[in-house]
Amino acid sequence: MRGNMLELKHISFQAEDTGKEIEILRDINLVIKDRFVAVTGPNGSGKSTLAKIVAGILTPTEGQILLDGVDITDKSITERANLGVGFAFQQPVRFKGITVKDMLSIAAGKDADMAEICSMLSEVGLCARDYVNREINASLSGGELKRIEIAMIMARKTKLSIFDEPEAGIDLWSFQNLIRVFEKMYEETKGTILIISHQERILNIADQIVLLADGCVKKVGTREELMPELLGVGQPCRTLADKL
Amino acid sequence: MDAIQQNLLEQVAGLHEIPAGAYNIRANGQMAGRNTTANIDIVSKEDKSGIDIRIKPGTRSESVHIPVVLSESGLKESVYNDFFVGEDCDVTIIAGCGIHNGGSAASEHSGIHRFFVEQNAKVRYVEKHYGSGDGNGERIMNPTTEIHLAKGASLEMETVQIKGIDSTKRVTAATVEEGASLVIHEKIMTHGKQYAQTDFTVNMTGPGSSVNLVSRSVAKEHSRQLFKSRIIGDSSCQGHSECDAIIMDEASVSAIPELTANHIDANLIHEAAIGKIAGEQLIKLMTLGLTEKEAEEQIVNGFLK
Ligand SMILES: Nc1ncnc2c1ncn2[C@@H]1O[C@H](COP(=O)(O)OP(=O)(O)OP(=O)(O)O)[C@@H](O)[C@H]1O
Ligand SMILES: [Mg+2]
Repeated sequence: MRGNMLELKHISFQAEDTGKEIEILRDINLVIKDRFVAVTGPNGSGKSTLAKIVAGILTPTEGQILLDGVDITDKSITERANLGVGFAFQQPVRFKGITVKDMLSIAAGKDADMAEICSMLSEVGLCARDYVNREINASLSGGELKRIEIAMIMARKTKLSIFDEPEAGIDLWSFQNLIRVFEKMYEETKGTILIISHQERILNIADQIVLLADGCVKKVGTREELMPELLGVGQPCRTLADKL
Repeated sequence: MDAIQQNLLEQVAGLHEIPAGAYNIRANGQMAGRNTTANIDIVSKEDKSGIDIRIKPGTRSESVHIPVVLSESGLKESVYNDFFVGEDCDVTIIAGCGIHNGGSAASEHSGIHRFFVEQNAKVRYVEKHYGSGDGNGERIMNPTTEIHLAKGASLEMETVQIKGIDSTKRVTAATVEEGASLVIHEKIMTHGKQYAQTDFTVNMTGPGSSVNLVSRSVAKEHSRQLFKSRIIGDSSCQGHSECDAIIMDEASVSAIPELTANHIDANLIHEAAIGKIAGEQLIKLMTLGLTEKEAEEQIVNGFLK
């Protein structure tokens, strides 16, 4: 029996937008303990906001976050990272002068040698020879950056690894490889991999699917329970129905 | 040469021992060593302090080291060094100045370097400035560089000042003739109450000439920096200058670019960006387990690498 990896209790998040308070997340309650958990929902439903709250980048207006039973609500980004939270951004950050090797070394927590870099990059379909000394700057393509972002989280071997739309911008190197990456990560960490995604093929490997809409949890369940509905076979949720 | 001077020498010229090839080492205002080769001659000036370095046409893959170290507090000097680089040469010149000031009087070195680079010659010029010592005497360095590039010549200059110089005014002036090209990479970091001023003036006089000035700097604490660049295009030419600065704490940075095109085909561009470290960069590194301070160091080190 696996313990609860992540528990969100009454998480709300408000932000100020042109002078007025807007509610981005409303009373989110979730228990996450499976191997692969997918979070899906329309653009703007609050998925990235939720991930940033878990990583400590945003502070919830209300509520409590538990990681492996420990209350981390007041912990900093660094503390959470060191407690085992990994987070691959939807939009990777660019740096001037910092190389792929530097970043992977920081992620791995040690000065990684060529053989290690090679093994990390080959997992995401990149040849180390072409990339080790490249700067993580505007010269890298969107898809290359995205792959390096994934390699960084793999290098960290965290117990809770969050990927925000990892498939975005990734070509025919394909889902199959991405899925293999997640499976390999699970084998190494035996933790939880939380994937924010719009893609059916990713949702299809999830043990649990969370559907967000308008800042609320609309549905939580196994893929058998949620997939038919998400694919429009069953009753679409109200938010989706509005658009159909 | 004592341990302090050895250390300065290592910092500014990467020298652990006597360099290969031609060299002239100046320590506390005196000549501390010199070597010439069949192709490279070094002669002391008669009218003022300094040397003439004459490199024979066609000299290839040779280097000249001319480091200067000051370890006597309160020493002030101006040194005039002229480089005459013959046609078709391909050489590396490594200069640099280290000041150790353990006393209370200001130490000051002004190096005036002139380069006369003849047709089709290629020069790589590296210059490092470094200061150490815990005395409260200031360490002041005012390098002046004058560059003349004849037809088809090229010079690539790397200038670095990362630590320990309290006040610096660096003036660089160049004329670039037909088909010649000048590239300058400058890296500066200031902290405490330091002041650094950079002043570039480049005149592109011939068709097909080009210049690329790239300055990266970090200003910490209460330090101040001023970056001035003037590029003048009198012919069909390509000119580009870029000033990219990270500002931290209570520091201040100004960038004053000036571009003048006197020819319809003069193509001149200036880019300047001054700003604090991007918040998302700090956040990214913190999600990898670094503290804010460690993240800051990584970003600054990478930026100045
Ligand atoms: N600081 C902010 N100020 C105002 N509105 C914000 C702020 N941050 C997020 N929002 C809004 O909150 C909503 C949720 O944003 P979020 O990025 O979490 O969506 P998402 O579900 O990840 O969307 P996508 O699928 O497009 O990535 C959006 O409507 C967004 O515009
Ligand atoms: Mg998002």
